[in-house]
Amino acid sequence: MIASGWEHFPHAADIGIRGFGPTRAAAFEQAALALTAVVTEPGRVVPREVVALICEADDDGALLVEWLNEIVYEMATRRMLFSRLEVALAGHALKGRAWGETIDAARHRPAVEVKGATYTALAVHQEGGRWIAQCVVDV
Amino acid sequence: MELSGWVQDEAYRWRRPPTGAMRVPAVIYASAALMAEMDDKVAEQIANVATLPGIVEAAYAMPDAHWGYGFPIGGVAAFDPDLGGVVSAGGVGFDISCGVRALHTGLRVGELRPLKEALADTLFGEVPAGVGSTGAISLAPAEMDAMLEGGAAWAVARGYGTSADLVRVEEQGRMAGALPDCVSDKAKNRQRREMGTLGSGNHYLEVQEVSEIFDRAAAAAFGLAQGDVVVSIHCGSRGLGHQIGTEFLRDMAKSAAGFGIALPDRELACAPLTSPVGERYLGAMRGAINCAMANRQIITHLTRAAFARIAPEAELSVLYDVSHNTCKLEEHQVGGVPRRLFVHRKGATRAFGPGHPDLPSDLRAVGQPVMIGGSMGTGSYMLVGAATAGERAFGSACHGAGRSMSRHQALRTWRGRAVIDELAGRGILIRSPSYRGVAEEAPGAYKDVTAVVDEADQAGLARKVARLKPHVCVKG
Repeated sequence: MIASGWEHFPHAADIGIRGFGPTRAAAFEQAALALTAVVTEPGRVVPREVVALICEADDDGALLVEWLNEIVYEMATRRMLFSRLEVALAGHALKGRAWGETIDAARHRPAVEVKGATYTALAVHQEGGRWIAQCVVDV
Repeated sequence: MELSGWVQDEAYRWRRPPTGAMRVPAVIYASAALMAEMDDKVAEQIANVATLPGIVEAAYAMPDAHWGYGFPIGGVAAFDPDLGGVVSAGGVGFDISCGVRALHTGLRVGELRPLKEALADTLFGEVPAGVGSTGAISLAPAEMDAMLEGGAAWAVARGYGTSADLVRVEEQGRMAGALPDCVSDKAKNRQRREMGTLGSGNHYLEVQEVSEIFDRAAAAAFGLAQGDVVVSIHCGSRGLGHQIGTEFLRDMAKSAAGFGIALPDRELACAPLTSPVGERYLGAMRGAINCAMANRQIITHLTRAAFARIAPEAELSVLYDVSHNTCKLEEHQVGGVPRRLFVHRKGATRAFGPGHPDLPSDLRAVGQPVMIGGSMGTGSYMLVGAATAGERAFGSACHGAGRSMSRHQALRTWRGRAVIDELAGRGILIRSPSYRGVAEEAPGAYKDVTAVVDEADQAGLARKVARLKPHVCVKG
């Protein structure tokens, strides 16, 4: 059984986010959680409301950037944070759902706003049976 | 940084002759000490910039240069549209027209001291800062387009400030050539409730004291005397600029091959200036420049409202407003011949020298004010464009200290509450919605701004005028 999870990795001015799991979709879901964790602890975000997302791209890497940028857009325009993600992939087309809630400054204590996902340190690949999806996000 | 391949042709100038696909040399302005400390990625990125079509003279990096996206932060490059020159979304960056506006207050530091706590609280209450904060203004579609075309001049027409403010803003507060139709609905939607907000990260509003004067004549021309209180506002085009950057980076990365452009790095995404996608980007980016200038104009208005409640005798006037992430059409002498070039400045500031025709008439004799922000604990500097600036990096200088430590590392090193208490002990009041945000922005996570400014001065990019010591800092 390959565990799913996420982590941050250092970048000089911004933050690297990395998701991993048994499938490409799981790695994408975890990368989105790592994105939330740039702003606040995902455990503080109650999955009250759901938002549907779709995107597509020419390759896995560009698709990860598209997916993360869709979430950045929803975070910015709905003033929401997301703590539960569901991704279904068909080639380089993605259908996803994100559960979360409106930002509550007192409870979430959001640290920083994400401007966008970048192509820096971008990788989507399999390593020893485990899928990894990562890039640097500009904050 | 590995120095092999670099030739030190002046005390503060390093040159790497073109090799491989480089069309022009790469030039870095820095001392041997700062060069040695600089990230190898800066050398790689500035050499990559030198490969882009239509680049003129050289690809430049400033003393505060560090690893960016495609271009290094602190990168300057000019392109000739008649020679297949390009515009690069990565070369402008996500936070289009992020910049600094400095305001006089008419107050002396002795008058500030008893009001400091109340002023800090009132500014924090008045100026929306931090993630998810919204402004009082919500723009309907027609107003959004008027803002994108009108910039700070639009804000003044809507009652945020006076027309006298615009004289000291680049482009007189309105960037010509903005095309609202080239700005996507998503970008506009992201901006709808973000007018007059500071944002987060390294953005701030500071109340500062002129603590030291280095150049009396220039300081006098800027209206600065030791002990004067000024305000600095650092922010940009908010969600609109971020979305435009995101979308055009993607579009230009896709279209590059079709234009025969080989991208050494996807973040260098660019398109010919005369291509449809290049022209659309220029129109959208100029809209974002207007958005950033309008945003700083509205925040100026909110700052005035806060001062009016706490220090009614204060009179806030604009000293200068300059942007750091732009691509602008400018005339420059290249080999003695005037040429119209599109100058990208990524994390770099214009620093026009004395006599430049684009400067306001009352500053033309002395040169352009150049504001260089430090971290919240260390202070900032006011410089002036040097007489040699026109020949150096197309009239550009560095823009800030630059980080020396990742946010990741800063979070493991400091606690926000402790940083706030330590700074309060030194008379610097921090107001922020996020302790974690403060820890990530801890003064120790930044390079020594004094060293960076001294090098810009020594390299002839801009001359030191005054040092500004922070008293109040509102962080997003």
